[in-house]
Amino acid sequence: MKSASRLEKVLESGQFAVTSECGPPRGADAEVIRKKGEILRDVVDAVNVTDNQTSVVRMSSVASCFILKGMGLDPVLQMVTRDRNRIAIQSDILGAAALGVNNILCLSGDHQVFGDHPKAKNVYDMDSIQLVHSVKTMRDEGKFIEGEEIKPPPKLFIGAACNPFADPFEIRVPRLAKKVAAGVDFIQTQCIYNLDKFEEWMKGVRDRGLHEKVYILAGVTPMKSVGMAKYMKNMVPGMDVPDEVIERLKGVDKEKRAEEGIKICIETIQRLKEIEGVSGVHIMAIEWEEKVEEIVKGAGLYPRPQV
Amino acid sequence: MIVGERKPMEEIEAMIEPFDKIIVLGCRECVTVCSAGGEKEVGILSAALRLSRKQNGREIEIKEFSLERQCDHEYIEQIRSMVPNYQAILSMACGAGVQFVAESYPEIPVLPAINTTFIGVTEEQGYWTERCQACGNCILHLTGGICPIARCSKSLLNGPCGGSSDGKCEVNKEIVCGWQLIIDRLKSLGQLERYEEYIPIKDWSTSRDGGPRKVVREDLRL
Repeated sequence: MKSASRLEKVLESGQFAVTSECGPPRGADAEVIRKKGEILRDVVDAVNVTDNQTSVVRMSSVASCFILKGMGLDPVLQMVTRDRNRIAIQSDILGAAALGVNNILCLSGDHQVFGDHPKAKNVYDMDSIQLVHSVKTMRDEGKFIEGEEIKPPPKLFIGAACNPFADPFEIRVPRLAKKVAAGVDFIQTQCIYNLDKFEEWMKGVRDRGLHEKVYILAGVTPMKSVGMAKYMKNMVPGMDVPDEVIERLKGVDKEKRAEEGIKICIETIQRLKEIEGVSGVHIMAIEWEEKVEEIVKGAGLYPRPQV
Repeated sequence: MIVGERKPMEEIEAMIEPFDKIIVLGCRECVTVCSAGGEKEVGILSAALRLSRKQNGREIEIKEFSLERQCDHEYIEQIRSMVPNYQAILSMACGAGVQFVAESYPEIPVLPAINTTFIGVTEEQGYWTERCQACGNCILHLTGGICPIARCSKSLLNGPCGGSSDGKCEVNKEIVCGWQLIIDRLKSLGQLERYEEYIPIKDWSTSRDGGPRKVVREDLRL
């Protein structure tokens, strides 16, 4: 084992993993995190904590992870390279590891233009692949980026994101190969609505044997409404929402659309479970954490393994 | 070249408000090519400032003058005799020019009339775009001749983020995704496999991050 991560144990044992995420609040109230943690407890194997997602200032990911860890959950520290240089990143990694965090998800992060501080200066001292490489070097070689020894090294299970729906499509498998070569242990993908395209990407992944070198957790997000589906289709860059999904939601009464969204999500997971090389699902129920249990149960993924 | 853009009239007017005798100083280098601060723009700006001050009942005397460059001592010296007769110099050069003129004439305020925007190219008449961030350590040979530092909104070195869509950047649809360009170019060179070469974390010490930079050529020094 590379870490003390529960997620790693579930995946290593060959069982289908389930992760979810928790967005920290825009305030200093730890209770918000605790409530979300309570909802997700025992329902998923690990919980991602987003890092100022969409560039909106929120409670820090490290602090939120610590709160969840204290509750006995296995948090995944999301870390973007937008806001911190290599000094701050390595420092936060040591701090998170010292606080008992076992997992990290390495991301470049949404550009600050999307957030509440669009006039901010971004950092991008490194990109997400260089972050994966840096964390791997810290963990396995016990060295900082400049080569100095770390005593003791942070033992983190290393994740990264993949968006099979972004362009240019032909480098999306090579991009995963690059992340694998850099040392990533697990992948959580962008939300999947276009299953055909995802399967095409997975075929490319299998053709290169990458699914044997990295655990791929397929991302899903339940739709709450037609408005949300349209927003994701038209406003979120790199998101692929086929018209059928929108039509299906439109096809039911307005008050039943959220329920239909959950149903679509469960069906998606059932199809994803059958795809060779998919090791788990990552359920991103955005500000809808209370529905994760229903989705996990509906998809036949409950109870979660005791590892 | 260095591309610049003239500041809004209101900002310039506020800057020169205390003065009644100024030099509007153009530069015949980059800012002439990008039509921001050459001889022609000196004439246009001076006429507009005179007119606006006249309308406000407080006329201004403006000396229009342009130098070959504002980034070389020998040209800046050409205005030494006229400077004592004026209260301020409104420079239409890039930020380097404004500062170099100020260094030569410590007794007179030197004000910027343009915003220096980037190192770039003229794509079409009246249309300039950025190409270089002067990071001090060129990697264009690795990326198909297209710079990810200048042309990717996040300066990512190992490929496009998940926000690249239809060749456009997530920041907005007016911005071409730099990595889409790199991939297209590598493809047309038959070098797409080069995409998988890992580019290690960059040494930014050659960039502005290492502090203000200088180039010293001992072989050329007098």
